[in-house]
Amino acid sequence: MHVVVIGAGEVGTSIAGSLSSDHEVVVVDVDEDRAEQLKYEIDVLTIAGDGTTSDIQTAAEVGRADMVIACTDNDQTNLVACGTAKTLGDGFTIARVKSTDFLRTWEGSEGAFGVDFMVCTDLLTAENIVRVIGLPAAIDVDPFASGMVQMAEFEIAEESPMAGQTVAEADRFESLTFVGLFRNGELTIPRGDTGIKAGDRAVVIGSPESVQAFATDVDPRTTPDDADDIVIVGGSEIGYQTARLLGERELQPRIIEQDPDRARWLAEQLPKAVVMEHDATDTEFLSREHVDEADIVVTALRSDEKNLLVSVLAKRLGVDRVIAVVDSPDYVTVFEEIGIDIAINPRTVTAEEITRFTYESVAENIAVLENDQAEVLELELTEGCGLVGRPISELVADTDARFVIGAITRDHQLVTPRGDTVLRPGDHVILLVDSDSVGEIASMA
Amino acid sequence: MSWGVNWKASVGLLGVGIKYLAVTMLVPLVVALVYGEDIWVFLVSMALVAAIGFAVERVDPDPDLGPREALLFVSLAWIAAAAIGTVPYLLAGYGTESTIGLQVGSVGAFTESVINALFESMSGFTTTGATVLGEISTDRHSHAVLMWRQLTQWLGGMGIIVLMIAILPEVAVNGAQLMESEAPGPELQKLTPKIAETARALWLIYFGFTVVYIAILYGLHLAGMAPNMNLFNAIAHGFTTLPTGGFSPQADSIAAFSAIVQWVVIPFMLIAGVNFALFWHVLRGEAEVMLENAEFRAYAGAVAVVTAVLAVMLFRGAAPPIELGGATQGVTENSLRQAAFQIGSLLNSTGYATADFVQWDTDAQILLMFAMFIGGSAGSTGGGVKIVRWLIVGKAIRRELFTTAHPDVVQPVRLSGSVVDEDAIRGIMAFTLLYLVLFGVSAVFLSLDTTRVGIQLTMLESTSASLATIGNIGPGFGRLGPFGSYLFFPDTSKLLMVFLMWIGRLEIVPVLAVFISAMDGR
Repeated sequence: MHVVVIGAGEVGTSIAGSLSSDHEVVVVDVDEDRAEQLKYEIDVLTIAGDGTTSDIQTAAEVGRADMVIACTDNDQTNLVACGTAKTLGDGFTIARVKSTDFLRTWEGSEGAFGVDFMVCTDLLTAENIVRVIGLPAAIDVDPFASGMVQMAEFEIAEESPMAGQTVAEADRFESLTFVGLFRNGELTIPRGDTGIKAGDRAVVIGSPESVQAFATDVDPRTTPDDADDIVIVGGSEIGYQTARLLGERELQPRIIEQDPDRARWLAEQLPKAVVMEHDATDTEFLSREHVDEADIVVTALRSDEKNLLVSVLAKRLGVDRVIAVVDSPDYVTVFEEIGIDIAINPRTVTAEEITRFTYESVAENIAVLENDQAEVLELELTEGCGLVGRPISELVADTDARFVIGAITRDHQLVTPRGDTVLRPGDHVILLVDSDSVGEIASMA
Repeated sequence: MSWGVNWKASVGLLGVGIKYLAVTMLVPLVVALVYGEDIWVFLVSMALVAAIGFAVERVDPDPDLGPREALLFVSLAWIAAAAIGTVPYLLAGYGTESTIGLQVGSVGAFTESVINALFESMSGFTTTGATVLGEISTDRHSHAVLMWRQLTQWLGGMGIIVLMIAILPEVAVNGAQLMESEAPGPELQKLTPKIAETARALWLIYFGFTVVYIAILYGLHLAGMAPNMNLFNAIAHGFTTLPTGGFSPQADSIAAFSAIVQWVVIPFMLIAGVNFALFWHVLRGEAEVMLENAEFRAYAGAVAVVTAVLAVMLFRGAAPPIELGGATQGVTENSLRQAAFQIGSLLNSTGYATADFVQWDTDAQILLMFAMFIGGSAGSTGGGVKIVRWLIVGKAIRRELFTTAHPDVVQPVRLSGSVVDEDAIRGIMAFTLLYLVLFGVSAVFLSLDTTRVGIQLTMLESTSASLATIGNIGPGFGRLGPFGSYLFFPDTSKLLMVFLMWIGRLEIVPVLAVFISAMDGR
């Protein structure tokens, strides 16, 4: 593959580094010194110049590129770079943005800005934080269909109320599908009357909200509910998105933000959240508002130093779990070494997401389960593919392949699959497949 | 003295309005022709008013209004309308024993007659419905004069300035400014990009409801279910229901009509208390806008709850069997009807009555008085504090209590899901407080002023007189009941009440803003 990466910051360098071994990578950066330096760090061709111009893009041979990744620190630059790339060739364009407004616009209209895939750094980070907060009981969680669908795997513990229930009893959520059950390492395709035993591992696919509710059923003890006190320190975009996503899962965090205008804005945007306007490093304030008794504290301030200070403070005051957003990848280990439970770096998260996207496969997205016993795939159905045009119950009856369709997204809307649901071209299908049947499914798709 | 405002511009624009007020006198003129009554009263009135209009207009033939000029104009417009409205009363009653006719016997009689006419006219335009008209009957007054009295309420209902914006291009230029100052409620909702179209839409809805209502009333008459609801009565009541007016050419108000008529009047009174902009959304097929509106829900809820409580009280015997209203104890239909009618009438400030509620027991009267405090919705034709203000005041107080315990919490006040601006909250708090202060001070003044001339008011009478005029409601309690009259008050008290009706209709702030800016001299 010929890949052009525009922007050689931390994200761009990381992506280029992981792609350079198997692919032909060209990196463009506006800073001459940076471009020069990178040549010696990783095995790529570098070009110094403005990556939004067609001169520079032509020099990077964007015209014959299979993939163009725009990942500078500036949203507009990335969008324009993708737009320019589309005028030169037909490569798959990926843009990194911070603003969720651009993401909404892009989601609302296919191919807007000439971007084929958009990664929103702050939203992605927030989704990661929410996953860490919301599903501590899950062994594995993966997002599909740009976050609209989640796959999660849970181990049913001895004391879980779900042990002893049937699948039909456990699967009581409208937008959730119980797709697989591993017992003693063997995959079972569950039916309504299949019994669930302690020690089983259950795989579900559905909307993030329903997965959250399912987690509460599986493990009411560790899964946070609305009685748990979650405090977000810092109303940055990441803090705001985290609060918003938690709110969608019926968890109402408290937010501490020092800037009066920003605090007011947050309070207006998040009707149910409690927003406090104060300096979070003031210990007297923290104990007055009982932040020391919080179950979870997320620090999402704008500087790493402040995040470190507040995290340490929260830990000392006796908070159970502290999750810190760390802007500089170098500090992640430092944070974790001094006892912060989880440190999340937005750049690493972004680079991983983009890299994940560059894997070549029939599937747009893959998760591998239980030592490759089964895979969860996201497929975009095309006109004339073997899966479209027939009800799901017929598809299942006509093939020996062992698979369960967990969720469908159609025009950015979640559709819950039923036996009589008919798949259409353009649908994104998230399904669990027995590893032995992946080839068969791939040939149909 | 400049007063810090270009008063000439305000006055000049006033002339334009006055000119057109003469045209509206065609309605009573037609009534006079139909009934073969004296047409000279209205011909002379029209000529006089038109002449005044042309003269005043020449103060500034090309008026250009800024914000302060707009406030002054709106304030003056309602005084001017009330003053112009007295002309037919004074002329028609000249030389008769009419309480609002011009008397020239002595200085005292002259002032009293002019003040009476002004009271009646202001009560009309502000849709209050308080009357000093002694005996209300077509035997004592011509059909034409009574129809003029009804028409003033219809003109004042949706707002004379909104009407001017809708039809006069020279006013529409400064439309938004003016409508903001006149519209009942804390904020102006612009429905269309052009303010004149918004004003036109509101008046069309208002007009449409009026036409439908008149047709139903007259239809009942034709069907034989309402013997005395002839065309005159149907139109007369059509003019005063939608504007939450309350004037009736019948001495017995709506009690003069059959039960079925009373049931028809109730929904239309309730409609009049709803924000008319919501009907605009319904007509565009967006019914959910209305159903999700917090104020509409609160209004519907308040009406339902208060009506239910009152109906139970009446059923249990809160009212003696009286001539007007009939027996309610143990009678389900009548209890429900009397409760729904009186609440529909008083809660949103209409002021009709089907029962002489001053004879009800104190519990029931206090409940009615409580309903009077609520008021209609913003953007309706109703008076009072308005539901939306109570909602916001309540929410702001709740926030205040919460932030006392949690001083760092930032919590915006929301209404129907959207955030209410902090400036608006401050304005609403100030308005509500001012309203209550003016209500209290005026009640004291009325009590003292009547004692001065040897009349003793009861507590309910003095408070309800103050509340009924500032809230543009109309009837009060005691001698001021729905079949009573404000005639016995001394001139000074009547002038105060004229003032209260005026600032009550303009929601206090524009009027006081003009006074304050005049006193500052800036």
